[in-house]
Amino acid sequence: MINSVGRDIPEEVLKATGMKPFAGAYARHNEEYTKAAPTVRAVIDPKESKMVESIAEVLKKCGIKDGMTISFHHHFREGDYVVNMVMEEIHKMGIKDLTICASSLGKAHNPIVPMIEDGTITGIQSSGVRGKIGEAISTGKLQGLAIMRSHGGRVRAIESGDVHIDIAFIGAPTCDCYGNMRAVGGKSDCGVLSYAYADAQYADKVVAITDTLVPYPNLPASISQVNVDYVVVVDEIGNPAKIATGAAKPTTDVRKIMMADYCTQFVINTPYFKDGFSYQTGVGGASIASTISLGKIMKERGIKMGLGLGGIAGPMCNLLKEGLIEKLVDTQDFDMTAIESVRDNPNHFEITASEYANPMNKGAYVNQLDFVILASLEVDVNFNCNVVVGSDGMITGAQGGHPDTAAGAKCTIVIAPLLQGRIPAICDECTAITTPGETVDVVITDYGIAINPRRQDLIECMKDVKLPFCTIEELRDKAYAIVGKPEPVKFGDRVVGVIESRDGTIIDVVREIKDYEWDD
Amino acid sequence: MEVKGTAMAGTLESSDAQVTVEPGTGIELSIESSVINQYGKAIRKTVLETLERLDAKNVKATIVDKGALDCTLKARVECAVYRASGYSEDVICAGEKLPWGGVIQ
Repeated sequence: MINSVGRDIPEEVLKATGMKPFAGAYARHNEEYTKAAPTVRAVIDPKESKMVESIAEVLKKCGIKDGMTISFHHHFREGDYVVNMVMEEIHKMGIKDLTICASSLGKAHNPIVPMIEDGTITGIQSSGVRGKIGEAISTGKLQGLAIMRSHGGRVRAIESGDVHIDIAFIGAPTCDCYGNMRAVGGKSDCGVLSYAYADAQYADKVVAITDTLVPYPNLPASISQVNVDYVVVVDEIGNPAKIATGAAKPTTDVRKIMMADYCTQFVINTPYFKDGFSYQTGVGGASIASTISLGKIMKERGIKMGLGLGGIAGPMCNLLKEGLIEKLVDTQDFDMTAIESVRDNPNHFEITASEYANPMNKGAYVNQLDFVILASLEVDVNFNCNVVVGSDGMITGAQGGHPDTAAGAKCTIVIAPLLQGRIPAICDECTAITTPGETVDVVITDYGIAINPRRQDLIECMKDVKLPFCTIEELRDKAYAIVGKPEPVKFGDRVVGVIESRDGTIIDVVREIKDYEWDD
Repeated sequence: MEVKGTAMAGTLESSDAQVTVEPGTGIELSIESSVINQYGKAIRKTVLETLERLDAKNVKATIVDKGALDCTLKARVECAVYRASGYSEDVICAGEKLPWGGVIQ
C-alpha cells in the first residue's frame, strides 16, 4: 500500500506488524488511547535488600528467558559498556530469541553482532544503528524485523504498549542501594537519564547498573527507587572519554561556516526571531557555527532565547552562561561542557524523553519550538528527509529527534552540503524516508537555499532578504550537473527493517542489501 | 595509444580513483567503487569512453574508485594510459608535446 509520502509498504509487513501505513504527520491528533502498565512486585518488607552481586545473578532474579524484550539507554553514547556487559552474560546462559529495545545503538555495540548471527538476538528496536549492527541488519542476519523509532516515537511505543519491556537495564553514573539514580557525580557521568525514564516506568523489572554507589538517598534522582527492583555494582559502566567527546570545537571548514551564516541570516529574518524565542540545534560543525553566530546577533539586538531544547552541546551552554538563554531543557548531553552545565547551572533542566518529544502525550516540548536546525543524509524534491539509510542502501544512522522536532517546530531548517564526495544530498527520491516533507520548511546547502512551497509565508518574508534562494529542483539539478544522476540502489526482496513514524505508523521499510550487479 | 607496460595513476583518497593499466587482450575492466550502487554504470561508461578516445585497444584496466567525479576519473585514466605507453618526462623534454585538448581533455 502506498502511504502518504509515496512509499510502497508491503501488505505482508502491515499484516505481520499490525501497523498502519503513514497517513500524515498530524493524522493521529486528538486520538484517545489507554496507556500500558507494568507488572510490579511489591517491596513491603524493609529488610529486603535490592543489592545483587553480579549481572549473572540479577538476570536469574529477573527470570530472564527466551523471547523476552530487554531495554537499554544510550546516554553513554560510543563509550557505553552496559549493553555488551549484559549481553555477554545472557549469551553465556544460552538465552535465545531476545528483542533489544534500546534508545539507540552505535559502533560501541559491534560485539553483539555474533549474537545476532546465532539467534540470541532476533529483534532490534532502536532509534538507529551504526557500524556492524547496521551491516548485520542490512545483510539480512537479524531473524526478525528491525524497528527504527524516533526518540519521541520510542516513548510512545512503550507508553501505548506497542512494545512491552520485560527487563530494563539502566546504566547509572551514580546510584544508591535502593535504586535512586543520577547522571552526575560518578566516574562515568552522562549528564541526564532522559531516555531511560520511560523504561523505568514501564518495564516489569528494572535493574540499575552503576560503578559509583553513593550514600542513600541519591537526590535529586533522575530515576526513583520506586521503579527499581535491583541494583548491581560493576567496575565500569562506560568510558568517560567516549561519552563526552570533549568540548566541540568551532569548525574551520569555510563551506560549513557559510551554511551556518546562511542559517543565521534566515533565522533572524523570520517573524519568530524575537525576545523569548525557542530553539534547538544539533552538534554538527554547521549547527555549532550557527549557534555561535546567532549568539552574536542576539547580543547585538538584545534578544534572548526563552527556551533552548534538545540534545545539548557546549555552545548552547555558553549562551546560557552569558545570560542569552533563559532556560536550557535537556534530554542528552554531547560533551563535558553540557554535562557540567546540567550539573551546576540551575537554569539547565533535565526532562524525560516523553516530555521532550512523545507525540501521543498531552503535548511535548517539541511542540513549543520556534526553530529547529537539523542535518540530513538526503532530502528529496518533496523535502522528505532520510537520516537512517546511507545512499548505498546500508542502515547507518538514527532517527534521533529528527522527525519529532521537525513536526513540532514552527520553522524546521535542514542544513546539508549539496555533495558529500560524489553523493548528492538533494535528490529525486530518498533511499528511505524518515521525516516527512510536510514538516520540513527550509533546506540550506552551500549552493543555495530552498524554501518548501508549502510555506508561502516564509517565502513572502524572505522576499527582500539577500540570500541565494532557489527551488529544491534547482538544487537537485546543480548537484546532478556535477556528479551525474545516481542510479537507484537495487535492493533484495526481503524487508529487514521498518522505519516507524513517530506516531507508530510505517513511513518506510528497509530492504535487504544486494551485491551490485552489472546489467549485462 | 598502445599500452606497453604497467602504469598507475591516482590515489585511494576520498573523491579520487586509482587507475592501473597493463597490456591485455581487448578491453578488460575491473571496477571497485565506494559508490558502485549509484554510479557503477556511469564509471564504466566514462572509463570505456576515455580508453576509446585514447585509442587504447588492448588494455586491462583496474579501477579502485573512491567517489571520484567524472573529470577526475578521465584524468586518471588518461594519465595511466600515457604512462603505460612509454610517455615519460624525457620524451616530453625532448620536445614532443602531449596532446592537450586533443585526446587528452
